[in-house]
Amino acid sequence: MSTTAIEIAPVRLAGGGWRDDWRTVRVVWKRELIRFRRNRIRIVTSLAQPILFLFVLGTGLSSLVGTSRSSGIDYRTFVFPGVLTMTVLFTATFSAVSIVWDREFGFLREMLVAPARRGAIIVGKAVGGATVATMQGCIMLALAGLVHIPYSIPLFVVLIFEMALAAFMLTAFGLMLASGIQQVESFQVVVQFFVMPMFFLAGALFPLAGLPVWLSILTRLDPLAYAVDPMRRAVFLAVGVPPAAMHALVPGISWFGWRVPTALEVLIVGVLGVTLTVIAAFRFAKTE
Amino acid sequence: MDTMLELGAPVIVAKDLRKRYGDVEAVRGVDLAVGTGETFGFLGPNGAGKTTTISILCTLLSPSSGAAAVAGFDVVSQRLEVRRRIGLVFQEPTLDEYLTAEENLRFHAELYGVPKPETAPRVEQVLRMVGLWERRAHVVSTFSGGMKRRLEIARGLLHSPRVLFLDEPTVGLDPQTRAHIWNYIEELKEREAVTIFLTTHYMDEAEHCDRIAIIDGGQIAALDTPEALKANVGQDRVEIRTADDDAAIATLGDRFGLEASVAEGAVRVYVPHGAEFVPTLFAELGVPILSVNVAAPTLDDVFMAYTGRTIRDAEATSTERLGSSPFMRRRRR
Repeated sequence: MSTTAIEIAPVRLAGGGWRDDWRTVRVVWKRELIRFRRNRIRIVTSLAQPILFLFVLGTGLSSLVGTSRSSGIDYRTFVFPGVLTMTVLFTATFSAVSIVWDREFGFLREMLVAPARRGAIIVGKAVGGATVATMQGCIMLALAGLVHIPYSIPLFVVLIFEMALAAFMLTAFGLMLASGIQQVESFQVVVQFFVMPMFFLAGALFPLAGLPVWLSILTRLDPLAYAVDPMRRAVFLAVGVPPAAMHALVPGISWFGWRVPTALEVLIVGVLGVTLTVIAAFRFAKTE
Repeated sequence: MDTMLELGAPVIVAKDLRKRYGDVEAVRGVDLAVGTGETFGFLGPNGAGKTTTISILCTLLSPSSGAAAVAGFDVVSQRLEVRRRIGLVFQEPTLDEYLTAEENLRFHAELYGVPKPETAPRVEQVLRMVGLWERRAHVVSTFSGGMKRRLEIARGLLHSPRVLFLDEPTVGLDPQTRAHIWNYIEELKEREAVTIFLTTHYMDEAEHCDRIAIIDGGQIAALDTPEALKANVGQDRVEIRTADDDAAIATLGDRFGLEASVAEGAVRVYVPHGAEFVPTLFAELGVPILSVNVAAPTLDDVFMAYTGRTIRDAEATSTERLGSSPFMRRRRR
């Protein structure tokens, strides 16, 4: 056996610490974006449902609900923040499912055997899924004018920020669920158990006011409710709604009679996102 | 293991490696030393513990007991250090089919920390090596099985690993593609100073290795160069198909003092000079012989000699005890 080493300019790996983690997060994030861009059909199909809700269900219900009381608020305007949330919810969940797909089709292994920390991979996945979901939400946001919402820059900045935060929280939630799941089929069942209830309880389709006690308790436990409320408040402020209608349609979420301030709602969503990411990272680190 | 003397310093060392899954011990005390620059083959049927052992060496599984080091780093306590120095090609594809060949490699380069300025030339180098440079901008889902495997080999090499682990590198590929893959591996050995550790259950593939460990039932049954292993068997294989196998085996035992066995539907004996033995056999066996086959020893015979069965029979009876290994998740469609 010849022992002469053949030098072929081997590459030297950069090394060590948080730079590695940062690089890992970035590369996993980038992959999510590439995959999103390449999958045009997914972009179109996942808009179908929100559009259906907004224009078909929204239009149908608005004739039933009537132009809401004295306020002159179109039901479609009311439901628009809910539909944005729905878009973000579905896209974010789908992104989280993709990690189960990655497991099924092997690519997860390519990531898990790399000299990268699993926590960084999960953070990359969460941030990537959140970005993709926010972008999808932005496409829906472009339809704002059709439901009498002004294209105002401050409003859009606020809405995009809220969507991004909700997207991050939801992707992290999906990842946490996905960390314990080996098969795509079983994940879809779990999603049905969480996604639809979360959507309905968030007050996306109806105001969280005057509800029976059991329902109002459930809505307070739904983290998504804390994302929908600030978005709707922002929309209503931009549209210019009389205070009475504001009070009736965006009552806010209260704990034992104390109304949770908008800033705290935003904080809850953000902190929950971080917490869920940490839990998901730990669970992934343990499973394999 | 006197052959160690000829090799470079060991780059893979394993001491009494064991892995237990519940009641089943999949790996039962494996000792190994693989020298730098060596092509080392793990030969055994499915379920013999090959994949579990390789998973431990690649830091994907922790051993239940024992220790192993790759490139001087402990596979349990220094995982990341080991991972930076090894390349992996799995049994099943681990490519992102939505990405192009080049994007897959760039993803890998970034994940492994290949410096930016070196990435592009290195990607080109490995893609040319496996003959996929022209297809670099194509999405992987359009690739054939052989092309995907080549791309994975290229990816495994991208970060200049000290050791390239190939788990069944040609399983599921047609013979021509297998031959091509082996051409690439041979070429690779000349170009890159890399140690190759592979598992296989194809005998002809094991012939490409500098040394082979025959593994059966979670233990190494024999470890040497293919030539030495075959020389140790030292006998020709004579296979006969008869009208009455039991009678033939009895006669072979009584009259010739040979221990015969039935393998793959034929009575099989080992004798020093097979061709000269056949006329005697016809004259004295007393059982009608339907066909006869004489062969010089192959690795199949080596496997038979050390484990008492052919690798194909071993496959047929082996339990899928590797079901719980992360390597072994079958791809379902």
